[in-house]
This record gives sequence, C-alpha cells and structure tokens, in this order.
Amino acid sequence: MEFLLQQVVNGLTLGSVYALIALGYSMVYGILKLLNFAHGDVYMVGAFAGYAVLVGLGGPADPRVPLAVLFLLMFLAAMLVSGALGVAIERFAYRPLRNAPRIAPLISAIGVSFFLQNAALLVLGARFRTYGTAKMIDPGTGLHWGPLRISLVRIIVIVSAVLLMVALQVLVKRTRLGKAMRATAIDREAATMMGIDVDTIIIVTFFIGSVLAGAAGVMVGLVFSRVYHFMGFVAGLKGFTAAVIGGIGSIPGAMLGGLFIGFAESFSAAYISSTFQNLIVFLILIAFMLIRPWGLLGTPELVKV
Amino acid sequence: MAEIGTDRWVDEVERRRSESGALGRLGQILSRRWLAVFVVVALVYPFVVGGDFGIRVGVNALLLALLALGLNVVVGYAGLLDLGYVAYYGLGAYGYAFLSSDQFGIHAPTLLVVAIVAIVVFLVGALLGQPARRLVGDYLAILTLFFLQAFIELALNLDRLQLPFVDGPLSITGGPNGISGVSPMEILGFRLGQVRDYYFLLLVLVVAVAVGLGNLERSRTGIAWRAIREDTLAAEQMTIPTGALKVIAYATGATIAAVSGTIFAAVQLGVFPQNFTVALLIVVYAALILGGEGSIAGAVLGALIIAMVPELLRTPTGARFLFYGGLFVGSVALLRPWRRLAWVAGGVMAVGVVAKVIVMTLWPAVAAGEGGGLFDRWLIRFDPSAVTLVNVLFVVMIVLVLAAIALRAPWRRDPLIVLAAYTLVLVWENRLVETPSITRQLLFGALLVVLMAVRPYGLLGRRRVEVV
Repeated sequence: MEFLLQQVVNGLTLGSVYALIALGYSMVYGILKLLNFAHGDVYMVGAFAGYAVLVGLGGPADPRVPLAVLFLLMFLAAMLVSGALGVAIERFAYRPLRNAPRIAPLISAIGVSFFLQNAALLVLGARFRTYGTAKMIDPGTGLHWGPLRISLVRIIVIVSAVLLMVALQVLVKRTRLGKAMRATAIDREAATMMGIDVDTIIIVTFFIGSVLAGAAGVMVGLVFSRVYHFMGFVAGLKGFTAAVIGGIGSIPGAMLGGLFIGFAESFSAAYISSTFQNLIVFLILIAFMLIRPWGLLGTPELVKV
Repeated sequence: MAEIGTDRWVDEVERRRSESGALGRLGQILSRRWLAVFVVVALVYPFVVGGDFGIRVGVNALLLALLALGLNVVVGYAGLLDLGYVAYYGLGAYGYAFLSSDQFGIHAPTLLVVAIVAIVVFLVGALLGQPARRLVGDYLAILTLFFLQAFIELALNLDRLQLPFVDGPLSITGGPNGISGVSPMEILGFRLGQVRDYYFLLLVLVVAVAVGLGNLERSRTGIAWRAIREDTLAAEQMTIPTGALKVIAYATGATIAAVSGTIFAAVQLGVFPQNFTVALLIVVYAALILGGEGSIAGAVLGALIIAMVPELLRTPTGARFLFYGGLFVGSVALLRPWRRLAWVAGGVMAVGVVAKVIVMTLWPAVAAGEGGGLFDRWLIRFDPSAVTLVNVLFVVMIVLVLAAIALRAPWRRDPLIVLAAYTLVLVWENRLVETPSITRQLLFGALLVVLMAVRPYGLLGRRRVEVV
C-alpha cells in the first residue's frame, strides 16, 4: 500500500513536469503546425538558469536570501531566460521559413536542438550539476498522512505546476490575448483578416510555452537534483509523447497526457522493469500513434483538398 | 520534358543562369559527368594521402555517402521524414557482428551474411514502414525517432536478459560495451584485412548504388515516388499505389543503410551502441540537405564535404584555414559594396587593437603572455584560467551575431557586425579551436538552420515550386 502510494506521488511529480513541457509543444503545434524539436533544450537551458541563480546566491548549503525568495528567483530567472530563448529561436530559426515546405522548419528545429546541446556542452562541460535540494530542505519534512508521505519539495513542485496550468487556462480562455491565440490556432489566415497580429501571437505563444518549459527545468532540478547538457533530449521526447497522447493542440490534453506518461513511467519502473522504463513509454507512444493518432482529447484532422 | 515538381518557367531561368559564364559551363560538364569525375578523384585519393589515417577518413566519407544515398530514397524521393534511419545502419552492423564474431560463435561466409542482413532488414523496414501508409509529416518523423531510441535502448540493455529455460543472464548485444572481435570481411576467398581494401569495396558500392538509383529515378517507381512526395492525394487519384510505394521506399532506404552498417562493423572490427546515436543522424541529414535532397550527385557531394571538411578542424592550421576562409567568403558575399566591406574590416581591426590595449592595461591577469605571430597586436589570448570569461564571450557572440542578422538598417547593423566578427574571432581562437569535436557538432547544427533559411534545396537540388 505504502509502495503503491509512493508510486502515485512519483507519477504525479513526473507527470506535472512532463505536462508543463507538453504544453509548450502542444501550443506551438496548435498555432504553427510545427514540431518544435528544440523545446526540450529550452527546458535544459531553464534548468541551468535556475542552477546559475542558486549558485550565484550562495549555493544550496548557505543561501544568502530566504529559501522562499531563492526559489522564487530561481523560477523567475529560468522562466525569463527560457522565454527569451524560445522567442529567439522562433525569430531566427522558424520565422524565415514561414512559407517554406513543411520539412524545412523541422530540419531547422533539429539543427537548433543540436546546436543548443553542444553550446551547453561547450560552456558548461559534460559533468552533472546537482541542485543539492537535500541541503536546503530536509527530505523528511512534508506531509505525513498515514502511509502517505510527500516531501515538501514535491509539494512545491506539484502546487506550482498546477498554479501555472491554471494561469495558462485562464489566459487562454478568459483574456482577449487568449481568444486571439485560439483564433490563430483555428485558422491563421482568417485570424489575420480579423485584425489579429498573427506574428505577435506566435511570439507570445513561443514565449509562454518556453516559460513553462523553463519552470519545468527548475522543478526537475529540485526534485531529481541532476542537470546536464543532454537532459533536454529524452525529456523533450517524453513531453512530446505526452502532447500526442493528450491530443496535440489541446491544452487540457497536454496536461492529461503528461500525467499519463508520468504514471506510466513510475509504475513501469516500479512494477515491470526499470531498465526498460523508457522503452515502455516509447511503446505506449507507438501504440497511440497507430491506433489513435489524434490523442485522447484531440479530434481527427480532416484533410481538405 | 520538365521534371516532376518543378515549374517550366523556373527551370528555364535556372538553366540559363547556370549555363552562363565559364564557371557555369564547368558546372554543366561536372553535373553531366559527375560520376566519372568522382571515380577518378576517388581512385587517385588513396595514393595522394598515403597514410592510413587519410584512407580511414576516405572510408568514413564513402560510408556517409552510401548512407546519404539511402536516405535520399526515403526523404528525397518519397518525401518521408525518417528520423530512425540510423537504427537500420545499427541493425546492419549488429547483424553482421552476430553472424561473424565469437558472440554466438558463428562465422558465416561474408556474402551470405550480407545477403541475410539485407533481406532481414528489408523485411523489418517493410514492417516498421507500415505506419508510413497513414501517418504524415511530423507524426512519422517522431515515430521513427522513437524507433531509433528504442533501438538504442535495446542495444544498451539486452546484455543481461533473463529468459525462461535458459540458465544465467543471456547477453545478446553486449550492452554498453558492444561486441568486439568482429572478423573482417572475406569476399570470394579474398580477405579484406586492410582499411584500403574496404575503401575500394565502398567505392564500388557507392558507384553501383548511385548508378542503380539513377536508373530507379527514371523508372516508373521513381517517378511515382516523386509524385507522392509532391502531392500524395493527387498521386493516389492517378491510381498510384501510394501506401505500398511509401513502404518500399522506406524499406529500400533501410536496406542500403544496413549494408553500409555491415561494412562499418567489419572496418571497425566491432559494434558499439554509441555509434548509432542522433549525432550520426544529424550528420547524415546535414550531408543530404547540403547536397540537395532528391539529387544523387548532391547526396554524394554533400557526404564528401561533410565528412572531409571537418577533418580540417583537427589541426589548428586546418581549423584556421577553414574558419578564415569561411569568414572571408561570407563577408565578400554579404557585405556589398566593397566600400562597406573595407569599412567593416577596418572597424574589426580597430576594435581589436583598442580592446587589446584596454585589456592588457586594466586586466592583465586574464591574458596569456605574448606569442609571436600575425595576430598578436590585435587578438587577446586569454589565460587558460579565464575559461569562464571566454564561455561568457561565446554566449555574447551568439547574441551579437543574431542581433546583426535581425537589424536591417545599415548604420546600426554595421557596428554590430564589426563587434560580432571580432568576438567570433576571439572565441574561435581562444576556445573553439581547442575543442574540435564540439565545434564540429556546433557547425553541423548551425549549418542545418542556415541552409534551411538560405538555400533549402541544397547545393545541387532543384528549386521546387510548392503546389498550392
């Protein structure tokens, strides 16, 4: 029972991180029909930005500011750096290709991803960095509720992920900007004719998606305490899987898909085999692609001639 | 007759443009007789470079050419974005290793092994290619990328498999250590013991595949592939069996990759999971796209450039030649008129001298001692302890270069270009030259992005007119 509950908590933590990454993929795909391969690396850069703030403010052992302020600053820095990076990627790698054949932005995205990974390798080296969360927060503190134990770090991560997703949902559903984003996703040309500045909307979309990825980077750093230059690749693949499973282009779908992948991963690691944990996630995706490529909450796309 | 997917008017203009001038006429001859030129150059190459290392570079280049030719069938002809391509290369290599090493104690005749591998991989490709019937574009790309990931995971983890009825853990792939002790190839009693032998074997194969694909390109199948690439729906209306042809293209590409994989395993005398990662995938794509997808000559040319040019990075002299050559060609092509080029070059010199004076007087600790050389009045050489500073400069350099691209107005752009060029030289001399392997990857990544923005149809590809 306790083991099972632990897996649920694990799945929830992993799932909220994947959901945040998936949102970026899904939003960008919804508007541009573009698979932003570099998204995973934006998340990696976010994780390092948070790490830089942590080290800059005295390191995990004796931070110079209160912990709450430190965490807030880490999240803010990661989100801003990632957001700026996302906008830059859009401006330089994708915007020149707005009217190119569909294969072109995809290859450009692979190039960006590869470039970012190697730039991080050059600047930061290949070794792992750790956030050292255990030194900041005693792993014992947190919620103890019968057999259920959730450490404080995980609570912080899950709560902030939920807050970010709620904020996104409000933004998309309740504001004029969100309405413009939804309109652009449905039909770019018609949105232009309605007086929506599509270029701005695309920039905003990239910014928001990358901000979420940056936050996810810090969360992973806090919970799993390990950041390195290649972390974005597999996380990006899983985030994309989550987006596909939820139904690409659908925001609630991305959240659902993220949780699905998180649970699938933590349960398969616990009950089936930890060596083949990644493989199982990939197999789920392959199955989904073949059976229901439009995902859980998406709608099958009609091809118009 | 106009080629499929091109426009007659564009074709005419392109032809007239490419045939004008002496260079254009040379290009014409080269493009008609490229295979003969390639064979002559390739035959002379091993005798010119002599050493074993040079021939090894040649072997890698030819392997890449073969891979690019196979990918050309999938991506260039059928238009299927296959990001799992390298997995088939790996399958071929592992297949060869299984059947001719001590891993299972099997040492089958080479030709038989290659035939078995080719047939098996063709079938595997036909099976895994089934999704290509339904999935389009990005979905297929990501699915195939997962195939590659699955392959790598399997290769890494199938070394301690617990099977029912078998005692002890069974090692199939050898895990992260791979399989070593693979025996060299032996074809018709002739043992290929040296790298040179594989060079000629590969040369024969590349020529055979290029000629074969050239015929295939003009056949009904080839024409149908390109029709599918341009417009699948229209092709289907023309009663082309699109699904089956896509699968055939996918499996053909996979088979070519697998055959190159067998040779790779034999040259290396072993296979390791880290040989078949996304990094290799990027290299193959860079080769194909640089040459121009859909063009056989382009695939070979792109592979040769991508495999040979970065070898220059290994020595500082070669790296310098590559870098300043690129910088010179780039600035001559982009900074017009000449007056502007002169003023930018002068600006870079001035900035360099000023920066050097400032750093040497205010902050002498970061600079290393003077060395003798052309650049020394101008270029700051940082002390090895100041590596963080150089890393920050690297990031600043990227920002400056991007800003220089983004700004249009020349009076704001030119000062930025000056600064960007100087930091570029600074970072190159102080950091990038010392890490050739990372620099090579950075260049490939940047190459893909720049090519897509500037010349998406590559060096020898044809400009396509999008069907609206």
